[in-house]
Amino acid sequence: MTKFIIRRLLQTIPVLLGVTILVFSLMHLVPGDPAQIVAGEGASEQTVENIRERLGLNESIPVQYGTFLGNALQGDLGSSIRSGRPVMEEIGARFWVTVELAFYATLVAVFLGLIAGIVSAVRHYTLADTSIMIAALFGLSMPNFWFGLLLIQWFAIGNWMPESLEFLKMRPSGWGDSWRQIILPVLTLGTGGAAIIARMTRSSMLEVIGQDYIRTARAKGVSERIVTYRHALKNALIPVVTVVGLEFGGFLGGAVLTETIFAINGMGRLTIDAIRTRDFPIVQGTVLVISVIFVLVNLIVDISYRLLNKRIDMN
Amino acid sequence: MSANEIILDVKDLQTSFKTDTGEVRAVDGVSFQLPKGKTIGIVGESGSGKSITSLSILRLLASNGTIKNGEVLYKGQDLLKFSEAQMRKLRGNEISMIFQEPMTSLNPVYTVGQQISEALILHQNMSKKEAAVRSVELLKLVGIPSPDKRVKNYPFELSGGMRQRVMIAMSLACNPEILIADEPTTALDVTIQAQILELIKDLQERLGMSVIFITHDLGVVAETCDYVAVMYAGQVVEYADVRTLFKEPKLPYTIGLLNSLPRHDIEQDKLEPIQGNVPSPHNMPVGCRFAPRCPAATDLCRAKMPKLETDENGNQIRCWIYSEEWDGESEVNLYGETRIAKGRGTKTVLPD
Amino acid sequence: MSEETVNHPVTAKKINPRLESYKLFWRRLAKNKAAVTGGIMILLIILMAFIGPWIITNFTDFRPNETDLANKLQGPSAAHWFGTDSYGRDIFTRVIFGTKLTLYVGFFSVFIGGVIGVIFGIVSGYYGGRIDTVIMRLMDVLLAFPGILLALAIVAVLGGSLTNVIIAVGIFSVPAFARVVRGSTLSVRKLEYIDAVRALGSSDFRIIFKHILPNIMSPIIVQASLRIATAILTGAGLAFLGLGAQPPAPEWGAMLNEGRQYMYEAGHVALFPGLMIVLVVLAFNIFGDGVRDALDPKMKN
Repeated sequence: MTKFIIRRLLQTIPVLLGVTILVFSLMHLVPGDPAQIVAGEGASEQTVENIRERLGLNESIPVQYGTFLGNALQGDLGSSIRSGRPVMEEIGARFWVTVELAFYATLVAVFLGLIAGIVSAVRHYTLADTSIMIAALFGLSMPNFWFGLLLIQWFAIGNWMPESLEFLKMRPSGWGDSWRQIILPVLTLGTGGAAIIARMTRSSMLEVIGQDYIRTARAKGVSERIVTYRHALKNALIPVVTVVGLEFGGFLGGAVLTETIFAINGMGRLTIDAIRTRDFPIVQGTVLVISVIFVLVNLIVDISYRLLNKRIDMN
Repeated sequence: MSANEIILDVKDLQTSFKTDTGEVRAVDGVSFQLPKGKTIGIVGESGSGKSITSLSILRLLASNGTIKNGEVLYKGQDLLKFSEAQMRKLRGNEISMIFQEPMTSLNPVYTVGQQISEALILHQNMSKKEAAVRSVELLKLVGIPSPDKRVKNYPFELSGGMRQRVMIAMSLACNPEILIADEPTTALDVTIQAQILELIKDLQERLGMSVIFITHDLGVVAETCDYVAVMYAGQVVEYADVRTLFKEPKLPYTIGLLNSLPRHDIEQDKLEPIQGNVPSPHNMPVGCRFAPRCPAATDLCRAKMPKLETDENGNQIRCWIYSEEWDGESEVNLYGETRIAKGRGTKTVLPD
Repeated sequence: MSEETVNHPVTAKKINPRLESYKLFWRRLAKNKAAVTGGIMILLIILMAFIGPWIITNFTDFRPNETDLANKLQGPSAAHWFGTDSYGRDIFTRVIFGTKLTLYVGFFSVFIGGVIGVIFGIVSGYYGGRIDTVIMRLMDVLLAFPGILLALAIVAVLGGSLTNVIIAVGIFSVPAFARVVRGSTLSVRKLEYIDAVRALGSSDFRIIFKHILPNIMSPIIVQASLRIATAILTGAGLAFLGLGAQPPAPEWGAMLNEGRQYMYEAGHVALFPGLMIVLVVLAFNIFGDGVRDALDPKMKN
C-alpha cells in the first residue's frame, strides 16, 4: 500500500513538470514576437522592448523556463500586463468563487446522477429506466452553456425565484448570501456530469447484478431489495467514485463557460478576459492553477480509492 | 424413518432460455429422485443442462430463463408452485447451494463473517452477536484454522480452497435438508479437490443431509455418490445406484464415458473416445439425442425419441436397446463391451 | 501465376478471416437499434450539411449573410421558419449553412486526434518499455488540463479561427485515443498468433498494420464516434466564447453567442442553433453507444 502511494506520488511529479512546461510554452508558441503581440499592433519600439525586458524574453529558453518554474514554486506567477497586479493576487481574489461553483456542481451531479442511475438499474427495461436514460443522453449531448441560457430564459419569463437571476448584476466577487443565487449556475454546470454519473451507475449496477456473488446472496434466501441495496450497490459504486475527481476537475474547466454566461467573477472569466486582451501571464496563471488542482484532486481520489477498497482483489 | 423416503422428486423438468437466436430448451425432461440422507450425482458434459437443473430446483435462473414444465416435489410439495416469498424462506435454510466458482461467489466488500451471518439472521432470527459466534463455529466445522481470525477476513484474503470452505460453511449455516453442490471442486487444485470432497462427505454423514452433487467428473461420482443420474443434451438418460452404474452401465453413452476414462486396474492400449460432438441446442436430433454419435444407432433411434423406462430394480434408462421395440441385433457391441438387447421382435438376429 | 496457385492451394482457397469478421460486424451493427438510429441520423445530417445549402441557394432567395434590419429579431413564422436574428438574417438558412462547419470541427479534429492518438497508442502498447512510459506520461500531461481548458489554452495561443479550433480540439482528443488503443493493443499483442506471426519473420510494421490494427478497429470506431460528439461540444463552446469561427460565419456556437444578448426579447435566436447542436451531438452519442453495445461481447445476454 505504501509502495502504491509512493509510486503514485512519484508519477505525479513528471506530470506536474510537464504541465509547467506546457503552460510556459504557451507564451512562446504564439506565432510572431510575443512581446509585440502583448504590446499590441501600434505600440512603439520602446514599449515592445520594455515588455520584452519585463517578461524576461531576452534570456535563452531554458533559462526562462528555469526562472518561471522557480518563481512558480514560490507562488510567483508574474504580473498581469494589463493591471500590473501580481497574477497570484488576481487569481486569489477569484479562486474560491470557482472552486465553490465546481464543488456544488459536483454535489449536484453526484446526487442526481446516483439516484437516476440506481432507479434506472433497479427497474431496468421499464418506462422509468428508458425515460431516465433518454434524459441522460440529452444531458450528455447538450452544450451546458446553452442549457444555462435556457434556464435564465425560463426563470426570467416565468418570473420564478427572482433572486436566482441576481448574479446577472455583476458582483465584484463571491456569492451573495442565498442559495437561490447559486442554483442556476450550479445546475448549468452539474447537469452534464449528472448524466455521466447516471449512465455509469446504471451500467455498473447491471454488471454487478450479473456477478456470481449476487446469485450466492439469492441462494441464501435474501430478498431482492437487500440484494440490490446491500449486495449490489456497494460494489457498483466503486467505479463511480473514481469519476468524481474527474468531474470536479471538468467542472473547474467548464466554469469558463458558466461564469461567462452568468457574469460570475471567477477564474474562468478571468481567463477569458485575459485571452481576449492577450494578457498571457494571467492565462498561464489560471491554466496552471486549475491543472495543478485537478492533478492533485485526482491523486487524492486515486489513493483514497485504493485505501477504501483494498478489499477488492486488484487482479 | 423408512430407508427409501424420497425427499426430493424431480419430474419431467423443462427449462428454456430466450436468446438472440431464439428459445433454447436447456433442460428437457429431467427426472430423478433423491432419497433422504443420500447423495445423488448428476453427471454430464458441459452444456448437458446439469447446472441449469440445479438452479431450476431453487428457482434461481437468470432473468431470461423460465421453467416451462414439470414438478419439483420437496417433501411432497411442488416448489414450482411456491410464491417467491415461500421460496426465499426455503433458500439457504432448507435447501442451500454451493457454486463452482469460489473465487467470484463471495461478495468482495463484506467479511466472511458478515456473509455467513446473513443467512442466520435472516432464517434463524439470531442477533448479530449470536450469528457472529455461530459463524466462527461454522468456520471451525469446515476445517478453517483460527476461525476467530478468519471470520473477520475479506474474501480476497483467502485462497480458493478456503473460500470454498467458507461457501460450504455458509450453506450449512441453517442445517439444510438438502445441499446442492454445483461442481464444487472444478475450479480447485487437485489436492484441494480431494479435501473438499472429503469434507462434504464427512459433513453429510454427521449432519444427515441429502446432497445433490453436480459434476462432470465420474471419479468424483464414484467416490461420493449413492445414486447417479447421467445427463445428455438436457435429458436424464440413465439413473442407477452407483454400484450398478459403474459395474454394468447399460446406456451406450454411459459405457462410452466410462471407457474413455483411463483405468489402472486393466491394461489398455488406448482410450476410446466417443466420436462426434454434443448436439447444438438449436438443432436437436428428432430421435434419440445420442443417436448421431451412438455406435449402435438404428433407424428407430434416429426417428423416435426413447422414453425414460424404469426396470425391476428401480433403475432408469432412456434407450431403445432395452425396449420391446428394438430393431437392431440382439447382441450389441458398445465400445468393446457386449449388451443383450431386450427386443424379441428382432428378425435379423435369429435367421432360422 | 498459376504455379503459385498450385504451390499454395490452401492460401488460394482460404476464406479471408478479416472479411468474415467485417461481415459479422455489420450484421451485429444492423441488429442494434441504437446504432442504426444514430447512423441514419448522422447520414441525414451529412445530407443536410451538403445538399441543404445547394437547395437554398438554387431554389430560394435566402442567403446566410443577407441582412434585413427592418425585419430583425422576428419570431418563427412561415416566412422565417426559425425567425430572424439581430441583423434580420434568416436563422434557418444560417443553421443549414452552419451544419457543415460543425461537422468539419467534429470530423477533422477527431481525424487529427485519432491518427496521432492511434499511432501513440499502438507504439506504446506494442513496444512497451521506456517509450511506453514516455508516451503515457505525455498523455497524462495533456489529460491534466480538465475539460475545455486544454483546447482553450491552445486557441488562446493560436488565435481564434475555425482552423485553430479544429487543431485545438484535435490535440485535446489525442490522449483519449492513445489510452484506448494502447489498452487494446496490449490485449491483442498477448494473443498467441501474434507470436506465431512474429516467429514466421514478419516485420513489426507488417504485424502492426496487418494484424494489430484490424483487430482494434472496433474500439477505435466507438471512440471516434463518441469523441466527435465531445469535439462538437467543445468546438461550439470555443465559438461561443468568441474564439472560434469569426462573424459573420454561421457557426452554431457563434450564433448562440450572438443570441445571448437577446435572451429575453428574442429567445429563439439562441434556441435553434442550440437545438441543432443537441441533435448532432445526440446522433453521434447514440451511434457510439450502439456500436459499443453491438461490439462488446460482455454486454450480451
